[in-house]
Amino acid sequence: MSTGLIFAGTGAILFAMGVAGVMLLAHLLRRILAFNLMGSGAFLILIGLAQRAGLVDPVPQAMVLTGIVVSVAATALALALTRRLHKLTGAYTLPATRDD
Amino acid sequence: MTEFFDPLAWLILLPLFWASGAFLLGPTRGARLAIVGVAAQLWLAIDLAVKVGDGGTAIRHAVGGWGAPLGIDLIADGLAAAMLLLTHMVALPLLLYARGYFAADASVARYFWPLSGFLLAGLNALFLAADLFNLYVTLEIVGLAAVGLVAAGGNATQIAAGLRYLFATLIGSGMYLLGVALIYGAYGTVSIATLTPLINASAASAVWIAAALMLLGLMLKTALFPFHYWLPPAHGGAPAPVSALLSALVVKASFYLILRLWLGPFAPLTGTIAWLPALLGSAAILWGSWQAIRAVRLKMLVAYSTIAQLGYLFLIFPLLGPDGLALQAGGMQVVAHGLAKAAMFAAAGAMIHVTGRDAVADVAGVASRMPVSLFAFALAGVTLMGLPPSGGFLAKWLLIDAALTQGQWWLVAVIIAGGLLAAIYVFRVLRQAFLVPAQGERRHLSHRAPPLLEWTAFTLAAASVLLGLRGVDLLRLLAVGSGP
Repeated sequence: MSTGLIFAGTGAILFAMGVAGVMLLAHLLRRILAFNLMGSGAFLILIGLAQRAGLVDPVPQAMVLTGIVVSVAATALALALTRRLHKLTGAYTLPATRDD
Repeated sequence: MTEFFDPLAWLILLPLFWASGAFLLGPTRGARLAIVGVAAQLWLAIDLAVKVGDGGTAIRHAVGGWGAPLGIDLIADGLAAAMLLLTHMVALPLLLYARGYFAADASVARYFWPLSGFLLAGLNALFLAADLFNLYVTLEIVGLAAVGLVAAGGNATQIAAGLRYLFATLIGSGMYLLGVALIYGAYGTVSIATLTPLINASAASAVWIAAALMLLGLMLKTALFPFHYWLPPAHGGAPAPVSALLSALVVKASFYLILRLWLGPFAPLTGTIAWLPALLGSAAILWGSWQAIRAVRLKMLVAYSTIAQLGYLFLIFPLLGPDGLALQAGGMQVVAHGLAKAAMFAAAGAMIHVTGRDAVADVAGVASRMPVSLFAFALAGVTLMGLPPSGGFLAKWLLIDAALTQGQWWLVAVIIAGGLLAAIYVFRVLRQAFLVPAQGERRHLSHRAPPLLEWTAFTLAAASVLLGLRGVDLLRLLAVGSGP
């Protein structure tokens, strides 16, 4: 098994854990952390699979840098909304929906 | 210098400029700047649509003079030009509407103008992008701006709806990104044009997984049944101009991307599973309409109607064939529903603005006080039901035609049932407004809707109906460069 595949396999496991976390956890901070885990998993796969014959491909590294910027922005937005929700309701979990 | 004035680049740059300007200038002057900016963009979009339609070929632009594979390419074919045209035809009336709507509420308006600019920049970039990774970035820009708009009202319900929407949209784009990573690992490129001839039915299993992940992620973002759970609270809870922007445009962006991938790189992989989106779409039509019929709040009714109408878009997948009929039906439905749903949310917003309450029961007696808004709501309803001569009629006619040609009778039944169900929920509102008298003290409400709110809603609704008369031009535009 090459290094690239080990990276990619680890990435797949992290991604799956992250998706499960975002969907199943109730605490908002945990969900935000799970989202970051999910993003890191995707980045590891991107870097890992792109290593061909030991040569490093710069294009996916540029993509991952862009992806990190995007996920920092998303995390910041999620944290800001979570803070606001906590200020208004005093809870770190989403209130139940009114289904009407 | 012609390169400098390329409309493709300016359609993305202009909204970024005015969004930043609106943030610095504050809501009053920011609103003026935004409206001037969108008017200029509408002119650019019309210019582009005319050029693409007359030229009969796609128009390209290499950003900064660097073409693919190193640089970023922008491509406008018929479908992209039509989406850009729709975006600005909806955005300009809605921004005028928003100026009237937020006149009394400066706190929401502070965030509305910059965020709507970033949203439009993201949408325009998405429609023009030519590679899978840039599409990911534009998807995220659209998603984050849309979440910001939902939460901009700042009360607990809106923040919760925004967070729920944020997690849904992040899972969707995360799955999309994972798919892009697998595709890059397999082929070493993310350019759609380069990938299309490379992928075939004997592709590696990683490519199949990638296609499944990307399409599923995008279906989640398009709120296809059963992934629709996040849409009603987000679209029903946001301020009316925001609901209209989201329902008319944002969900269409991810659908546009599904269509792009389905017709382009993933065409050899999707032949055997085309019935799946159609089945989910049929379920969406029936479930969404049923929920709209029993909704208590007016904006929830309109939001559930969006889920039903999005279902129609997914019926086209098993019918996509060389005759291009189903693609035309899909394009027509996107444009007709975009205009009609923007009109419907705008009219509903005007009625809630005047009555001060948001239940369907509270529109009782509105007919005599707000005839223009109610007429706009009814006209938009005509398009959703698919009555002639509206754009919705043309879309459903083309869809039925395509289904009959290919002997898919069950789709015809779903389309007709959907139209009848739409009639029930539209007439539910109209009956309340015309036939039920206002109760007690509410009869004496002298508060009138600002004319700006009523007439922008009416303009959008009239456009959705009149679209049927100019449908041929739109179909001609959609045909440009859409084939392989």
